[in-house]
Parts: sequence; structure tokens; C-alpha cells
Amino acid sequence: MKSKIVLFFTIIVCFLLQSTLLQKIAIGSITPNLLLILCVSMGLMRGRKSGLWTGFFSGLLVDLFYGSVFGFYALIYMYAGFFSGYAFRIYYDDDIKVPMALTAIMDLIYNLAVYGLQFFLRGRLGIFKYLYRIIIPEIFYTVFLALIVYKIFYYINHHFMNATRKERESIWVLK
Amino acid sequence: MKNLKKKFQFRIHLKSKHLLVIMTFFCGSAVVSTLASGVTSEPLAEAAGMIVVPFEKSIDGIGSWIGEISQTFQDKQELINKNQELQDAVDTLTEQNNILIQNQSELSRLQELYKLDEEYSSYPKVAARIISKDPGNWYDTFMINRGSNDGIRVDNNVISGKGLVGIVTEVGSNWATVRAIIDDSSYVSVMTVGTDDNCVVTGDLELIDEGKLRFSQLYDKDDKVTVGERIVTSNISDKYVEGLFVGYVSELELDTNNLTKTGTIVTPVDFKHLKDVFVITVNKQDAVDSGSTSQEDAAETGQEGTE
Repeated sequence: MKSKIVLFFTIIVCFLLQSTLLQKIAIGSITPNLLLILCVSMGLMRGRKSGLWTGFFSGLLVDLFYGSVFGFYALIYMYAGFFSGYAFRIYYDDDIKVPMALTAIMDLIYNLAVYGLQFFLRGRLGIFKYLYRIIIPEIFYTVFLALIVYKIFYYINHHFMNATRKERESIWVLK
Repeated sequence: MKNLKKKFQFRIHLKSKHLLVIMTFFCGSAVVSTLASGVTSEPLAEAAGMIVVPFEKSIDGIGSWIGEISQTFQDKQELINKNQELQDAVDTLTEQNNILIQNQSELSRLQELYKLDEEYSSYPKVAARIISKDPGNWYDTFMINRGSNDGIRVDNNVISGKGLVGIVTEVGSNWATVRAIIDDSSYVSVMTVGTDDNCVVTGDLELIDEGKLRFSQLYDKDDKVTVGERIVTSNISDKYVEGLFVGYVSELELDTNNLTKTGTIVTPVDFKHLKDVFVITVNKQDAVDSGSTSQEDAAETGQEGTE
């Protein structure tokens, strides 16, 4: 219960920062994707189910205020959280390289999904232009931000949330 | 008991996959229902807005407070340089002003001609401040600190001092989200001031960096529309009120069909540094509705008269 409340507030705070503060530190009008870092971190540190719920609720917030189609971002963030949950218990969560690599992959998938489903289908075909102008800069900026905020999420997870030490989430552990 | 526990654990183990399927169905149905039947998430957004918006307002307040403080600590040399720059600017502006005064008579004549000025000032407006922006990089929507309590409704047009900014897409009691005209999914029906030719202005993510918009379907057989032509919202648009300034034509080329022209428009609004906007609290549809009802009334009275 305690973890759920902490998670809820973390999501709200991240959403607030994402839509206000991070817009102010945008470089070339590219903002890093803090909510995605949160989903990936929670998936990595707490498993698939936590990643799924984190992703769902952060996506839902984006949908409620800014989305044109309700449920779209919830779906993408949810999958990002879920799939980074597969890394739970394969990798140790105190190593910074894993969340960085995961964030880069998930950000690429996230952006390709947004492009593919909302731009490509409307006939905007210049994928490489979008790749160079938006996707790659965003990945670099997001990974850089992950370098900083992952420590914070790590601290929140280990000090304010209940430990998730059960093996049940991992598909690789034989039972 | 042990058996039961084992069963319970087994269920939990399977759950994360099942959960994913269930939530995917949920999201999928939400997407389909919003696309197909136009079910709105308004009550949910309203509830979430009550939690989120006050924080966003206060963060924005703190941000501008810090901005003011950092401004007071500016370097002296910087101020001297700035003063020099401003002095130069004053000189050039004085010169420009002289030219502008000469143009004034022409301008007033044109204003009378198009009644732009009157209509601009005759629309009731509400000033609002931008408190947060779209979290992603793909779209250009933002949230303002005024909502239905201040008379803002969906489809209200948003302008800044310089020109058209966007349109209200969602409204809560004390907030509203605005889709900018540079947003990739934005379409505005516009016309040229000089020739009253209609065309469509669309936002394009590829042109955002240059501060430009794309326009298309301009039918201009006699090549009267030139670079620098003023573009305003058209009289036939059903979302945008007539005569809001959108921008100047900057590029123009004939389509391969040899009939219509496409090109780009430069907007005078600086979307990156936009802070304060005005919301026009009259919808185009209001005018249409009231017009039709009054016509109906007239028709009814006319019928009664004949009877």
C-alpha cells in the first residue's frame, strides 16, 4: 500500500515536471522524456507488473490533458514499462548502464510508435527527417537525464517502497 | 491451506501477462471509442485537473519569480551594451516611425476596407497565461490557466498580440488545453486579404524550426497572390472566426495539377517563447446558430404574417 502511494505521487510529480520545468530546459525545442525514464526504472527495479501500472497511469495523465486519442499514450507507456520489466532480476538494478541502455531502446520504440501510428498513417512519410530532428536528439537527451534521475528513482525505490525480492516476476528463474 | 496458497501464488504468477492483455484491451477499446463514437474523457480530465493544475500554476509562478530574480542580477557591462543596442534601435525605429506615419493614412483606409480592426477589438477576449506544455516532442499543445469558469469553451480561438495562436480543444473548470496552429494535426481554413482566395493552412512538424506553416489548395489563376501577401482566417471556416491574422506568404509554387498552389506562410507569433495569450470567447458556430435562429424567427413571423 505504501509503495502504491509513493508510486502515485512519483508519477504525479514526474508528470508535473515533464510538462513545466523540462519544457523550460528544452534544447532546440526537444525535451527529454522523464515519464519514460520512470516507467523503465520501475520496470527494471520492481518487475513487469509495476512497470505496467506505472506506464499505464503516466500515459493516462498525458492522454487526459494533451492526447488527441484517449488511451494511446497509456498503451505505449504501458508496453514500455512492461517490457523493461523483463530485465528485472536478470540485471542488478544498481548498475547505471542497464537503465541507460533500456531507456535508449524504449525511447526509440516509443518514438517510432508515435511516428508510425500518428504521423506515418497521416501520410507524413519523411521518417529520416523526423529521425534526425526529433527521435535521435530526444534519445540522447533522455539517456542523459536518465543518468541523473535514475539515482533518485533508485533511492525512492529502496527507501520509500517495499522491497520486491520475490522471484515470481522473472520468467527465467526455474520453479 | 498450503495447497490453496500454492494456487494463489500460481495465479499471481500468471497475472502480469494477463494483466497486460486486459489493459491492452482496455486501452484499445478506449482508443476505438474515442475515435468512433466521440466518447470524451472530460469527467476524468476534470478530476485529474483538480489535482494537477494548481501545482502547475504554482510551478509556473515560481518559475517566473526565479526569472525575475535572475534578471535583477544582470551584469553592468551587459546593461551598458544593451543600452547601446537600444539606442541604435531607437534611431532605426524613429526612422521607421516616420515611414509608418506616412503609411498610416493608407493603413486606415485599408482597415476600413477590411474592417479587420473593428472585428478584432469587437470580439470579447479573456487574457490567459500558458502554464504547461505537451510533454512529448511531436505535438504542440499547451495548457492555459483559464477555464470554463472564465467563459472559455471548446473551439474558442486563441490569439496573441500578433496573430492567431490556436484553438481550445479541452476545457476544465480552471484550465483549458490549446492546440497551436503549428501543431502537425492542425488545419485552418484561411483566405488572402488582397484577393479573398481561400486556402488551407496546415501545421507541419518539419517546418516548425523555421517558424513556418504550410498552405495548400490555393486557387489563383491570375497569379495575383504574391510573396508577402497577408493571410487571415476565412469567412467560410466553421471553427475560426473571420479575419484573424495568420501570417505572410513566404514561398509559393504551382502544383503539378496546374490549378492550385501550395507554399509556406511565416507566422509572426513566436511559439517557442509564447507566454500570454488571449482567448476569444465567441465561437464561429455561435454566430452561425444565432444567425439561423433569427432567420427562422423571421421566416416564422413571415409565415404568420401571410396567414
